[in-house]
Amino acid sequence: MPPSLKTVEIKVNGIVRPRAVEPRTTLVDFLRDELGLTGTHVGCEHGVCGACSVLLDGQPVRSCCMFAVQADGLSVTTVEGLAPERGQLSKIQDSFCEKHALQCGYCTPGMLIACHALVAAHPHPSEAQIREAISGNLCRCTGYQQIVDAVQHATATEGAEGG
Amino acid sequence: MADQESFRFIGKHRRAVEHKRFVTGKGHYAADVQLPGMLHVALVASPYASARIVAIDVSAALEMAGVHAVLTGDELCDAVEPLLPGVDAPQVTRFPLARGVTRYAGEWVVAIAADTRALAEDAAELVMVDYEQLAHTVDPEAAIANGAALVHPEHGSNVIFQRKFVWGPVDRHFDESKHSLSYRVRWARNATVPIETFGVACAWSDATGILDVWASIQMPKYPDQLARALRLPGNAVRVHYDVDVGGSYGVKRGIKHTILVGYLARKLGRPVRLIEDRLENMRGGDMQGPDRIFDVTLAFDGDGIVHSMRMRALDDIGAYAGRSPLQLGKPVGAIIGPYRIQSVEYEAIAVMTNKTPQEAVRGFGQAPTNYAIETGIDKVARFLKMDRLELRRRNLIGKDEFPYLIPSGTTYDSGDYATVLSKALAAAPLAAIERERDTLRAKGLLAGIGFATCLEPSGGNSSFEPLFNPKNQTTTWMDSCLVRIDLSGSITALMATSTSGQAHETLVSTVVGEVLQRQPDSIRVLHADSLNALPSNSPVGSRMAIMLGGAAAGAAKKLRAKFMRIAAHNLGFPEAELEIVGDGDVASRNDPSQRISWDRLVEIAHRLHHLLPPDMEPGLQEKFVWEVPTGGQLPTDDGRVQMYPCHSFESHVVLASIDPQTGKVALHRYVCGHDCGVMISPDVVHGMTYGGIAHGIGAALMEKFCFNEEGQLLSGTFMDYLIPSSQEIPTVTIVDHCTPSPLTEFGQKGSGEAGYLGSPAAVASAINDALAPHGAVIDALPMTPQAIWLALQQVQSANTGASR
Amino acid sequence: MKAAPFDYVRAESTMHALGLLAEHGGDAKLLAGGQSLVPMMAMRLARPALLVDIHRLTDLKSIFIEAGRITLGAGVRQCEIEVKSELDSSVPLVRQALRWVGHSQTRNRGTLGGSLVHADPSAELPLATLVLGATMRLHSQTGGERRVNASDFFLGPMFTAVSESECLVTVDYPVWQGGRIGSAFDETAIRHGDFAMASAACQLQLDAQGVCRRASFGLGGVSGTPLSFPGLAQRLEGERISAALVAEVAHAAARESDPGSDMHAGAEYRRHLAAVLLSRVLLQAANDALAAH
Repeated sequence: MPPSLKTVEIKVNGIVRPRAVEPRTTLVDFLRDELGLTGTHVGCEHGVCGACSVLLDGQPVRSCCMFAVQADGLSVTTVEGLAPERGQLSKIQDSFCEKHALQCGYCTPGMLIACHALVAAHPHPSEAQIREAISGNLCRCTGYQQIVDAVQHATATEGAEGG
Repeated sequence: MADQESFRFIGKHRRAVEHKRFVTGKGHYAADVQLPGMLHVALVASPYASARIVAIDVSAALEMAGVHAVLTGDELCDAVEPLLPGVDAPQVTRFPLARGVTRYAGEWVVAIAADTRALAEDAAELVMVDYEQLAHTVDPEAAIANGAALVHPEHGSNVIFQRKFVWGPVDRHFDESKHSLSYRVRWARNATVPIETFGVACAWSDATGILDVWASIQMPKYPDQLARALRLPGNAVRVHYDVDVGGSYGVKRGIKHTILVGYLARKLGRPVRLIEDRLENMRGGDMQGPDRIFDVTLAFDGDGIVHSMRMRALDDIGAYAGRSPLQLGKPVGAIIGPYRIQSVEYEAIAVMTNKTPQEAVRGFGQAPTNYAIETGIDKVARFLKMDRLELRRRNLIGKDEFPYLIPSGTTYDSGDYATVLSKALAAAPLAAIERERDTLRAKGLLAGIGFATCLEPSGGNSSFEPLFNPKNQTTTWMDSCLVRIDLSGSITALMATSTSGQAHETLVSTVVGEVLQRQPDSIRVLHADSLNALPSNSPVGSRMAIMLGGAAAGAAKKLRAKFMRIAAHNLGFPEAELEIVGDGDVASRNDPSQRISWDRLVEIAHRLHHLLPPDMEPGLQEKFVWEVPTGGQLPTDDGRVQMYPCHSFESHVVLASIDPQTGKVALHRYVCGHDCGVMISPDVVHGMTYGGIAHGIGAALMEKFCFNEEGQLLSGTFMDYLIPSSQEIPTVTIVDHCTPSPLTEFGQKGSGEAGYLGSPAAVASAINDALAPHGAVIDALPMTPQAIWLALQQVQSANTGASR
Repeated sequence: MKAAPFDYVRAESTMHALGLLAEHGGDAKLLAGGQSLVPMMAMRLARPALLVDIHRLTDLKSIFIEAGRITLGAGVRQCEIEVKSELDSSVPLVRQALRWVGHSQTRNRGTLGGSLVHADPSAELPLATLVLGATMRLHSQTGGERRVNASDFFLGPMFTAVSESECLVTVDYPVWQGGRIGSAFDETAIRHGDFAMASAACQLQLDAQGVCRRASFGLGGVSGTPLSFPGLAQRLEGERISAALVAEVAHAAARESDPGSDMHAGAEYRRHLAAVLLSRVLLQAANDALAAH
């Protein structure tokens, strides 16, 4: 007999989204399939590639390594929730575009999540800190270089060139 | 001739058009496609390298609620046409599901379509397959020996392709050369392994008789092959090329997945999708890459001039042929690398084993071949006790020698290899990294500097097809673009294939903007579907800057020519006196006040027929379809043919150190000199070069599809197939040079495969330079910490043994 | 890769969780961070009928710092330990080991207890915990509290002394008293954050003359469990730490290990790494101890 559905109330990008889900539905599948937020991507489903990264109560986590039921009552931010306003981009999103920090775009949402979390904790991260922060996000297109450049560009001090 | 600086838009920094949707999570990937009533596929795979299917019991799976179909090879293989190899081996057929026998561990045997992917996996567990294991072959050299278990007995041999080419007087050059040096290198199986797996959704409509397909695809002639397999006319298949592809770099050729899903969609009358999970992708997705043993002999003189080369390339393609046997053919077009080698004997052997099949990987065989050649160049230098750079300089084709015809029939269009090398060395700078190397050595580390000077053939003229299969007389490798200007004067361009990160929309809008002198950001670029698309052969072989860029320019030029005629007709001046000014206006050179604006020209073309020149087609829409420059010829009997038209070049310099106690490698400095002619989108070119270098570092140091003796894939997850992270890739400095191509509109060459074609060779060169003072050498990739440690151990025990 | 169906309960208290374990036995599994368990379930290598989520239980999240002992709740997340720099004055080896654990995403969910109970032979926290001679406190509904020393806790690959009805509740790390204590952790992995091919950890205490008073060290990734070497440790006590002595001890320890082989590292190479890494951490710890007060 199939296990019963569980009710979850997860706040996603600022809005509580009550749903009934199978316990085995991962958080990433919940976001994508239940809520239609397809910006978060699935790359490996075993916790290595980081494409599924979201912010859970402000911290980056692998949403493929969590069941949605575990996030009941918690707050999730996805890539769709990073822009400050409709039609705008966050400083990091904008820098990604300026510095060509993406190509196919598949790892990008996870990268942005990791970078936003980094900059929230370290407003002027060093290159070493940036590389450490994104070390759990695999990219096959960029070789990471322009991603590092983008974060440095976004966090350059006021008045410094390119800031 | 144009150069990098001559343009208004081309060659400038510009934000890629595509980025806005990707950074906001609004990409449109195959797994994002939601269709009402869509069913989901999961697969049952064979666990054995070689087995006979005795029986399949699907009854329990069929009974499960939510399951709509449980499909076996018995049904499918009768209902679809087989996939055939690109070489002449009609007995080596491939179907999406096995029938009767399975030929590799991971081969798909049963497909389940259910309401959800989870349910489909539940049902897959209930399928009972009875196998009888058969003898298997996993070693390629054993596979070609007598008595090996045959992967396809009907074919009679495990060799699916073998041909020895002799171009030029090889024997004479060997006789006349003072020295010869033989070596073997091994390129282990790796692939591009994009972060997005292959996915496809199909929907069939009885009402229209159209099969709609949304797929993460990068494949020439995909709709055509699909239609043929499903026994549909070509115009019954509509592939939506506006699906964003999450990385491909060659491998996303999911034709078997699509045939399976297309069949199910038609059978069930509901949309069906298969999104490979990572396990399916790694083992059964048939997207692994070249797996080669090279045996090479170089003939050279005491002054270091290399006269001739004998190369035998044995490639283990796995249990079926995808695009793979042909991947031994493309390197023919740059078989001597950037050197003046005068004659070549090249034997290409593609052998089948009971392993996952190969697919096209970035460079289509050039990266392993470059690794083999560059290894030899370094060995020759060591043999002669000559500086490796000096040896290269003596052999590099000089800038005044272009166009340069190589023994295998390809003409290299242009280049200045020595300058690119010098620029890279200056950027390192060489003296500083030599000091740093010495400092590292003084600390007790092993340290070395690696060099690689390699060709990047570009332009995707796939004449390796008729070269390797005379029955295939295909010589057309066209591409196209349609450009429209609407009543409001805004421009829309239509491209005819998919994109997987190469920023084609940016490429096309930049080019069209350049020709028409309109702001590129105002130009919209769309992807057609396969029913309304002009012909294309896909972004393969680094061809789109040339082919799509050329087609976009060609269509835009026709529109520009039309405007000139309209302007001449309305201003009363001959066309020769007119020029484009400002943002697409046309004016007289002699009297700029005689000017007609873009808006007016558009109005005339669309609305004011009485002002249109006689016999001119109304409206503003032009297409351009063209063949690859220098292409269109069949090979000669001795296998000479013009392969790709344009030849980019890269020169890598890398400083590496090794911890001798652990074998761990650190990369300290990485410089890449790069010449791909005029860069239309420099940010895009640089990005792909950084990415290609990262790929190459992975291939050099850590990536391998590892099979055990039972044909089991040991590296089937990301825990064991190791993709470099941000901590494994150093900061890279790219130094640009530009020798324009005489063959293209703006002097551009292709560069989608940049970096990857040279970095494995460069990293290997650095490691061996570090090991050389200790008498150790490694001639196999990947150079893992254990492999390096073992190489050092071998020398130590040999020394210990010798000293007894 | 979708998990097989299961039922899920969020435990309201440790007692609640223990009651469920008692009731369901082997069909139930505790879920804390899930960083190891969830991928295994996705691959259907683990298929518990019931997951009991203990990730939010505050009972399991305590951190007590006393003079002679540090008590960490099993449910303390690795990211919380990561920022708890006060631990460095008492059990520095824990945070030294943590630097090698995974990536930030995994540390934001993964727990101390989860890593210990998962007991991967290459994992860092089990090795550090063993070398520090910690005591695990296990609770069950009927058995009350049971204390198991780290040396008796790790029984085999992915296999510990925790029974089906028990939950690891806290880990007590004894704090070495007196000065001149140094510790070090090192490992060799192919990529940053990967499981170690071999790892080594040690803690040393020297006297004012630089003679070793106390030593504890261990190896990871070279056996079915992390290994400690109390007998060999005694070899160091009363001696000055020299390169030669360190090499002798490290090689002896490596010889006692029984590493497996996989595609990345064969047994011989792992054994060699073990000796190299153990030598390095012993020398590093000795240097740190000499510099410390």
